Amino acid sequence: MATIPDDLHYTEQHEWARRDGDTITVGITDVAAGLLGDIVFVQLPNVGDTVTAGEACGEVESTKSVSDIYAPVSGTVTEVNPAIDSSPETVGADPYGEGWLFRVAAPDADLDALLDAAAYRQLTEEA
Amino acid sequence: MDNSALLRTPLHETHARLGAMFTDFAGWSMPLRYGSDLEEHHAVRRSAGLFDLSHMGEVHVTGPAAADALDLALVGNIGALATGRARYTMLCAPDGGVLDDLIVYRLDQTHFLVVANAANRALVAAELVARAAGLDAEITDRTLETALVAVQGPASSAIVAAATGQDLDDLQYYAARPATLAGAEVMLARTGYTGEDGFEIFVPDEQATAVWEKLTELGGDRLVPAGLACRDTLRLEAGMPLYGHELSTDRTPFEAGLGRVVRFDKAVDFVGRAALERRRDNPAPQVLVGLRGSGRRAPRAGYPVLHDDTAVGEVTSGALSPTLGYPVAMAYVDRAVAQPRTSLVVDVRGRPEPVEVVELPFYKRTS
Repeated sequence: MATIPDDLHYTEQHEWARRDGDTITVGITDVAAGLLGDIVFVQLPNVGDTVTAGEACGEVESTKSVSDIYAPVSGTVTEVNPAIDSSPETVGADPYGEGWLFRVAAPDADLDALLDAAAYRQLTEEA
Repeated sequence: MDNSALLRTPLHETHARLGAMFTDFAGWSMPLRYGSDLEEHHAVRRSAGLFDLSHMGEVHVTGPAAADALDLALVGNIGALATGRARYTMLCAPDGGVLDDLIVYRLDQTHFLVVANAANRALVAAELVARAAGLDAEITDRTLETALVAVQGPASSAIVAAATGQDLDDLQYYAARPATLAGAEVMLARTGYTGEDGFEIFVPDEQATAVWEKLTELGGDRLVPAGLACRDTLRLEAGMPLYGHELSTDRTPFEAGLGRVVRFDKAVDFVGRAALERRRDNPAPQVLVGLRGSGRRAPRAGYPVLHDDTAVGEVTSGALSPTLGYPVAMAYVDRAVAQPRTSLVVDVRGRPEPVEVVELPFYKRTS
């Protein structure tokens, strides 16, 4: 079974978001990783890019498919995970930890507008 | 998702127990992968993989005129096939378009097995019936009672030899013969779709699980269950066409680089002959090529191929090659840009990725 940590916020497109002060860390969920299969390439936004909640800002590729990464919040990208370029498999192996994707400066973002773990779990069970 | 309408192979429960992720493939629920599709891919290249291919169509053609019927229906020289040998061939429409690519086995003088793609099974059976009209040949679709288990990879011959008690040195590529495996009477063929040495084992549905279990037991660490995801990357690396991608009713075997399967030397006015002769003498504007990318973004089916900002073709299959580490793709492109070492560009979701035309296959086994 895919893990869905209780302390994160989720999108319907299988991203997770976590607040640390003014910074929101973003990744894809274990559910998404399981559906994709082995992740072989991740196209991340660049530091300094502005991302918009609900809009695509990157791509995750497995051998068989490509999925857009949707920004859970609007803001400016402050950091991207430097390990992903050389080790994209990290995203699937540890999606909530070492496999985080990027960080956004978004002091005003309302994460409660996203799905909580229970709602996301329900969404994935219906799918 | 409502999967109730999907067909299941006799190995479905086995796959579920192995933790398979299933996919809907041509009306069947089939294992996509069991764990990591990359590991399954590498296992087939380095050791061996065990596949359930029971969705493939098995259409039997029997009777005194069976060979004549197939020579009329298919583009290959089937009557010339020796008993125990197999041939890669195609069913073409009257206009030369490909209706399916097939492997035909001659089981004896008057009995052939036609293996069709799952999606085309009904069409193939119906076309064979129609094209055999008036001939003393009977067409029987036995797909739903026949399982197909494949063992593919460099360790496959040792595993299958142990499982059947047969010395396989004299079983040639594209040959088949009866064997006993786990008490089941099977047809053992040295064929495959991975670019490796390998075997395809046709077994009655009710004995499929026993065959799978026996192979698993004897294969041990050398044999890994492998799903359709890695089957696709394996065949792509090996430059093998997939119906619906490289092959379709819109193109003849010539465009696909497979004109050699069309046997004009047989004295039969087979379906599609006139159109295919015209195509042979007047080549189509586009031809299938291999593309090699750099970086890691893979061209995929449907992406435009460009030359000097002009559209010159379209990708039919592509992936980041697990074995080679760079993107590979097959594409139909204009003849003017089809020469190896031609530099082209693939529009990968709005971003241009440089590619080079290369010879097929991308991967060829060394032994």
